[in-house]
Amino acid sequence: MRNAMSPHPSRSTVRYSSVSQRPGSDRVHFPGAVNSKFTTDLRFERPSTQPGIPTYRILNQDGVVVDKDREPSDVTNGEALKWYKDMLTVSIMDLIMFDAQRQGRLSFYMVSAGEEGIAVGSACALEPEDVIFAQYREAGVFQQRGYTLDEFMNQLFANSKDHGLGRNMPVHYGSRKLNIHTISSPLATQIPHASGAAYALKMQALSDPTLPARVVACYFGEGAASEGDFHAGLNLAATRSCPVVFICRNNGYAISTPSLEQYRGDGIASRGVGYGIDTIRVDGNDIFAVREATKEARKMALQDGGKPILVECMSYRVSHHSTSDDSFAYRAKVEVEDWKRRDNPITRLRKWLEGRGAWDDQKENEARSNIRKEVLKAFSKAEKGKKPRLRTMFEGVYENITEEANVQINELKGILERYPDEYDISDFEDEGKGLEQE
Amino acid sequence: MEEEPRVTAASKRQPFKSSLQTQHNSDFSRCCHRKTISRPYSAHAPNARLNLPIDYSTTPLLNHTSQSALSHPELPQNVRQSKTQRQNLFQAVNSALRHALASDERVLLFGEDVAFGGVFRCSMNLASDFGAERVFNTPLTEQGIVGFAIGLALEGMRPVAEIQFADYVYPAFDQLVNEAAKARFRTGSTGMHCGGLVVRMPSGAVGHGGIYHSQSPEALFTHIPGLHVVIPRSPSQAKGLLLAAIACNDPVVFMEPKILYRAAVEQVPVEGYTLPLDKAEILKEGKDVTVISYGTPLYNCSSAIEAAEKDFGIKAELIDLRTVYPWDRQTILESVKKTGRAVVVHESMVNAGVGAEVAATIQEGAFLRLEAPVQRIAGWSTHMGLVHEKFNIPDIARIYDGIRRTIEY
Repeated sequence: MRNAMSPHPSRSTVRYSSVSQRPGSDRVHFPGAVNSKFTTDLRFERPSTQPGIPTYRILNQDGVVVDKDREPSDVTNGEALKWYKDMLTVSIMDLIMFDAQRQGRLSFYMVSAGEEGIAVGSACALEPEDVIFAQYREAGVFQQRGYTLDEFMNQLFANSKDHGLGRNMPVHYGSRKLNIHTISSPLATQIPHASGAAYALKMQALSDPTLPARVVACYFGEGAASEGDFHAGLNLAATRSCPVVFICRNNGYAISTPSLEQYRGDGIASRGVGYGIDTIRVDGNDIFAVREATKEARKMALQDGGKPILVECMSYRVSHHSTSDDSFAYRAKVEVEDWKRRDNPITRLRKWLEGRGAWDDQKENEARSNIRKEVLKAFSKAEKGKKPRLRTMFEGVYENITEEANVQINELKGILERYPDEYDISDFEDEGKGLEQE
Repeated sequence: MEEEPRVTAASKRQPFKSSLQTQHNSDFSRCCHRKTISRPYSAHAPNARLNLPIDYSTTPLLNHTSQSALSHPELPQNVRQSKTQRQNLFQAVNSALRHALASDERVLLFGEDVAFGGVFRCSMNLASDFGAERVFNTPLTEQGIVGFAIGLALEGMRPVAEIQFADYVYPAFDQLVNEAAKARFRTGSTGMHCGGLVVRMPSGAVGHGGIYHSQSPEALFTHIPGLHVVIPRSPSQAKGLLLAAIACNDPVVFMEPKILYRAAVEQVPVEGYTLPLDKAEILKEGKDVTVISYGTPLYNCSSAIEAAEKDFGIKAELIDLRTVYPWDRQTILESVKKTGRAVVVHESMVNAGVGAEVAATIQEGAFLRLEAPVQRIAGWSTHMGLVHEKFNIPDIARIYDGIRRTIEY
C-alpha cells in the first residue's frame, strides 16, 4: 500500500509550502489567497449586483428541445420510456401510500411529487457500482436502480422482510445490493459520509487499479444545506479531492420555511464556488438536463485523481412535506396548483415522448392501470406480513449481543410472560419466542 | 474555542514545538523527573502527607521491567516471548498506529494537525512513512472529521479519526450518537456498519488546562448503546486497547488521558497485540473494599490505597474498568460480593457519571452483600476552573477519605 501511494503525493501538503509575499508584486502571495491582485479601489463584493448562476435545461415546459443542436441524441425511446415509467411508478405509489397513511394503515409517508425527475434523471446517469447517500425524497433513485415494489412495501410496513428490520420510520430505505446506504432522518449527516465514502473509493481504486472507477452521489435538500454538516462535507471533499457528486434538490421549501428565509445567497450553487467546487445549476423538471449534468459531473469527479462536483437541481415541492404536514397552512393552494399545471417533470417527459410518437393516451392509461395494480398487490402482501422477531430490538446495536443486553432480553421476556394481557405480540414473528436466539 | 491559555504546552493548535522536540529527543526517563521541577500549578501543600505527586517511576501500575510487561497474562504467546521498549503513552499510541497502518491497508489516520505529528506527537513520522494519502490533516471541523470517518468505515475502511481535544468533540456529537452508534442497527439486514471506526481524543486534567482543555466527557458516550468507550491508563494498555479498537467491528470512542502522554512511562511489548475490550482488569487483590476506576485517577487510587492499608490495616482491591461501556459488570459484582464495600473514582463530574451506573449496578446485583453505601469520588458538579483543578479532581486525600468512610460506615 505504501508503494502504491507514493506516486500520488497529496496536493494539500505541498501546495502552498513555498508561498511568501514578494516585494513589489502586483498580487497577493499570502498563504490564504494565492491569486488575488492588489487594488486601490475600495469595492466590496456585492452578490446582489452579480447575475444569478444560470439554469441549464434541454427541454422547455412543453417537452420541446430548446436548442435543436442539443437534442439528447444518445437516448433511445426504450430508455426514456423506462425513466418515464420509473417516475410514474413513484408518483402512483406516492398517491396510494399517502392515502393509506390517511386511512391509518401506515404510520407515515413522504411523497416526491415534483421531484421525480431529479431522482430518476440523476440515478440513470450513474453506474450500478456507484455508491449513493440519499436524504428521504429520492424514491426515484431506488426505483431506477431496481428496488422492487415488494422491497418498498416491506420497508413501509416494517414487516419481517424489511431490510431495516422494522427499526426505521417509513421511506427510510436502504440496499447493499444497490449500493444505497440506509436513509437516516437527521438532515445533512449523510453529506460528510459521502465525502468519506468517496475517499474510500478513491483509496481502494489506488490500491487495486482493476476495480471499476466509482463515484459517490449524495442527495440533500436546500434546507439541509444550512446544517454545519453541509459545509463540513463539501469542504472536506474539496480539500481531500474526493470523487463525489453532490446533488441538491432545491424545491423551495424546508417543511414550511421558504428558501427566502433559508438563505440569502444565489441558491446553493453559489456556495459550491466558495468551496472551490465545480458547480452547475439545472432545471430539475427537465429529466434530460438532470441526466446530462449528472453524467458530466460523474465524469469530472473522476478526473485529476478525483474531485467533488455540485449539481443544484431546481424544482418545486408540489406535495406536502410529509403526511404530518399540511402545507396549505403556509402557502396558497393556487400557487401549488399553478406549479402542478404549468410544469412538472413527468408531463414534460410525456410531451417529449408524445412528440416522438412513442407515447399516447391509451399507453398512458394502460401503464397507469398496470402500475397501480402492481403497487396494490405488493401493498396487500406486505401489509399482511408479520413484524420482525422481537429480538431484533436488541440485535444490531453491537456486532455481538452484550452481557447487559442478554440480561435485558430475559427481563423483557419475564415481563411479557407475567403480564400477557398487557401486550399484544400476536403481530410479531414467533411472538414471545421471538426474543430467543434463532 | 480558538483562544487558549498561553502557558499550556498542550493547548489547542499551539504545540510549543521546541520544548516538545527537546523532550522527544531526550532520554525518556527525563519525563519522569519533570515532577521535581517546581511549578506553581502543580505544587503540593508543604505538610501534605497524602496529596503528594505520583511517582510514575515506582508506581505498581506501570511495568518498570521488561519481565513484568511480558508476563501479562492477556498477551498472546508470541508477544510474551518478544522484546519490550521503554515508552511513554504518546509513543505507545504512535507505535499502535504504526502497527495498524503497516499491517492493514484499510487503516487511515487523520484530524487537525495530524500530518506534522499531532499537537501531542501521537502521529509523529506516520505521514512521511505511510504517505499523505493515508495520514493527513483535515480542516477544522469536528463534525466533518467524524462524519468523514463514518463514510470511510461504511465503505470498508478502518479510519482512525483524531479530535484534538475531547473538549472539542461536541460538534461531532450528532455524528457519533445518531450516525456511528446507530449505523448497524439502522441498516439492519443490509449488513452495512461502521466497524473499524475509532475516534481518538485526548481527555482529562493536566494541571493547567482550565475549562476547555481538561474535560472528560466519557459519560456522554456511555449513555449511547452502539459505541464502545475505552480509556487506557498506561502505555502498554493504550497500545493493546487501541489496536483492539481498530480491529473492532463496532465504532469506538478512545479517550487518551493526556497527562499520561508524557508522565506514564513503562516497558511496552514491541510487537502488535490486542487487549480485550470487554474485560476489566484487577490490578490488586484485596478483601475489605473494592476501588473501581479507569485512566488517570487509578494512580491516585493506588496511592490512597497504600496509605489506607497502612493506616487502617485493611486490604483493598483495585479494579481498572478499561472499557467504560459496555463494561464488565461481572468482574465488579464478583469483587464487591467478596469485599462488601465499593468506592468508584473518576475525574469527570459525579452527576450522571460512570460512577452512577456502577453504583446502581452494584446496588442491584450485590445488595445483600453491601456493608456500606457505594461511594462515588469524582469531579464536583461544576466546570474545571483553571485555579480550581486540584480541588476538583479526585485526589489522593479524597479517595483516602472515601475508603475511610466506607470502611468506617
